[in-house]
Amino acid sequence: MSSENTNLEHAGEHETMSKSRIWKVFFILLAITVVEFIIALAIPDTILPHGVKNFLYVALTLIKAYYIVAFFMHLKFEKYALIVGLLVSFIFIIYFIVLMLTEGDYMNSHMNV
Amino acid sequence: MDTIAKLDEVKTTPWSGGRSPFSVEYGKLMMWFFLLSDAFTFSAFLIYYGAQRFSKFTWPDPDLVFQSIPGITDSGAPLVFVGIMTFILIMSSVTMVLAVEAGHRNSKKEVVWWMIATIIGGFMFLGCQALEWSHLHHEGFWWGTIPNAETIKELGADGVSAQQFSNLFFTITGFHGFHVFSGVMINIIILIMTLVGVFERRGHYLMVEKVGLYWHFVDLVWVFVFTFFYLV
Repeated sequence: MSSENTNLEHAGEHETMSKSRIWKVFFILLAITVVEFIIALAIPDTILPHGVKNFLYVALTLIKAYYIVAFFMHLKFEKYALIVGLLVSFIFIIYFIVLMLTEGDYMNSHMNV
Repeated sequence: MDTIAKLDEVKTTPWSGGRSPFSVEYGKLMMWFFLLSDAFTFSAFLIYYGAQRFSKFTWPDPDLVFQSIPGITDSGAPLVFVGIMTFILIMSSVTMVLAVEAGHRNSKKEVVWWMIATIIGGFMFLGCQALEWSHLHHEGFWWGTIPNAETIKELGADGVSAQQFSNLFFTITGFHGFHVFSGVMINIIILIMTLVGVFERRGHYLMVEKVGLYWHFVDLVWVFVFTFFYLV
């Protein structure tokens, strides 16, 4: 049983993560980090408001997370059922973020008197 | 005869029990489940940090808190040191995938070298984190401790927000650092197992892959810690 699975996996994986592809993903991650540094250090807040910058940081971070999970962790090449099964759980985290930011907003207006 | 023969037939469709529906090896699936639960733990930490920061009028300016490079300069270089740390961790993630890739080709020698590179990267990151911690500790930050009121004011914070920042910084980077530390230890175990030929005899290097998943997850968490502590 386990050797059968091993064969299944190996069949799909040989082509998907070649050395050149690994380095390509590395350079994408590096480039995104460099862009984040440029936004943080080279662009003053007068040109790009702090709120917009924060939005860009989070968006770029999510793109980096996608590349790490999809290619380095190989999730993109797994079975569709596994991808969906893992990602659906993140609905709870999104819900939690919404809840706690609402809480933070409430505290901001009621506790800092 | 026909009915019984039908009952004994091995079912082959993915969801009827005949074969693994995810076609992922058991240990790898369990690693994914563990990482999912770990993702929830880190999310809870980071979301609490976000809620605290959101509720305060002031917060220490990261560009002013983190502006030293240990051994080179004490001020005026925001983000540079943490940039180096991020680069080290991404780099060690790359060497880890290269070890996995070498494992697919059953090339023991290459797996050994890439694992050694990954372990060195992990130790370098831990060393940088130790320097970062000791620098902040010298500034007066620690669990339950903050610098004097004047310094706090210069950082653009007040006593309460500085204390929250300090507690959360050491807790979250500490928890992440402990993950890196255990990752390095597991990597060393895998390196030894590779060297003595355990995987060679087994015929496949799936263990390297499973440990690799954990190591990439540590890198993934750092991407978020970096954004929310140093950039935002």
